[in-house]
Amino acid sequence: MAKIAIFDFGAGNLFNLHQSLLRNGAQNVDIIRSLKDLKKYNGLVLPGVGNFDSAISSMKKDEISLTTAINNGMPILGICLGLEMLFYRSEEGLLDGLKVLEGEVLMLPKKKVKVPHIGWNNLLIVKGESNLLKGIPQDSWVYFVHSYHIEPKDENLIVAVTDYGSKLPVVIERLNLFGTQFHPEKSGKVGAHIMKNFLKICEKNE
Amino acid sequence: MPLSKRIIPCLDVDNGRVVKGINFLGVKDAGDPVELAKKYSDQGADELVFLDITASKQDREIMKNIVKKVASVIDIPFTVGGGIKTLSDAREILLNGADKVSINTATVKNPQLVTDLMKIFGRQCIVVAIDVKRNFMVDKKQTSTSKVDKDYFFEVMIYGGSKGTRIDAIQWAKKVEELGAGEILLTSIDADGTKNGYDIELTNTICNSVRIPVIASGGCGSSQHMFEVFNRTDVDAVLAASIFHYDKLTLGKVKKYLAQKGIRTRL
Repeated sequence: MAKIAIFDFGAGNLFNLHQSLLRNGAQNVDIIRSLKDLKKYNGLVLPGVGNFDSAISSMKKDEISLTTAINNGMPILGICLGLEMLFYRSEEGLLDGLKVLEGEVLMLPKKKVKVPHIGWNNLLIVKGESNLLKGIPQDSWVYFVHSYHIEPKDENLIVAVTDYGSKLPVVIERLNLFGTQFHPEKSGKVGAHIMKNFLKICEKNE
Repeated sequence: MPLSKRIIPCLDVDNGRVVKGINFLGVKDAGDPVELAKKYSDQGADELVFLDITASKQDREIMKNIVKKVASVIDIPFTVGGGIKTLSDAREILLNGADKVSINTATVKNPQLVTDLMKIFGRQCIVVAIDVKRNFMVDKKQTSTSKVDKDYFFEVMIYGGSKGTRIDAIQWAKKVEELGAGEILLTSIDADGTKNGYDIELTNTICNSVRIPVIASGGCGSSQHMFEVFNRTDVDAVLAASIFHYDKLTLGKVKKYLAQKGIRTRL
């Protein structure tokens, strides 16, 4: 069974995420504030609460540890802000992103749709061979709460989109890197299934 | 495709139990909040709202424990409201596992609270509850915030709907959006308790004034009422309390009915 770390940006509630990982089969879940000891874990979750600049600053000192973990194949799941941080820059902040993935993070188009995008929306799966979405049916409902969205440069990363004003990329996957714009820990049975998939991927990394 | 419309059961919590006011019997016990939360979540509720209706200091402790227990058994979002006055009240509820806090009277007394909360926790976790009642005393045709051209205006009420503020609800809704609210929980005091349906005019007016999601509350007696408010306004979600208690109606039935009528719901 997988040992998971959740990185704490210091911005809020990680209790739900913690409980969700435990409910869905993680052996133990630690909330950590430094990435120095990542070797102890089979997977890392970057949570989806907080604000871009403060989250980036809380992580800057550990950037090398993160890059090393990624290069060593550690499964990493970025949720919402935790996904957005992996890109080059965001309209939410002034600081550079972690620059793990090429592309940027943009504000949702306020003129076209209500912002934040809050509520249940459908997953349109655009790529069949995803490990994170294995067994998830087309059009499954997932829960979103966000004001910004990712715009990856490499379209091959995109596994699923959702329709909100336009087709937004909402699930990405590249080797051991996974990201969801929605909150799997709040997405009922579908979210639980995705969490289990991630934990299975982590178990293989033991 | 637009978002699904959300159906949100509301649980009034008093001294650690879910209660339901019944006109002729007073307050009646409706069950354990954690069990009910699990039940509604399994039935397909899109979110849950807990209102701490007494919110004394002693109840605050009980509520904290309930929040924690609920957060460990359900995997849908939930909001906690009732008596949240300060940043530290809100922080305590959020850190114990609630996804959102609903604040009402405190926002009117101290609008800065919304902005402070937004800066720390983000816009998405702040629901500003606005209780509204039509006020026909408009001889000067002027509220404290705007001109009125009808013979009444929508007045913001505080302290559980008991005290008027002379604040115009339309202006207030715009103001809280600007301050950093993520959603508005709109209750019509005129419709509340009538079971005659949601306040369509009020809901429409507020939905047309802001660009953040609005949750309609007050007056729901049947699934037909939910259909009416979804069909005739741009509202994003509905709150209902009594129709789900005592298994009069299940969420599944309500959602199927709405889906048949062409409303997008999560089934």
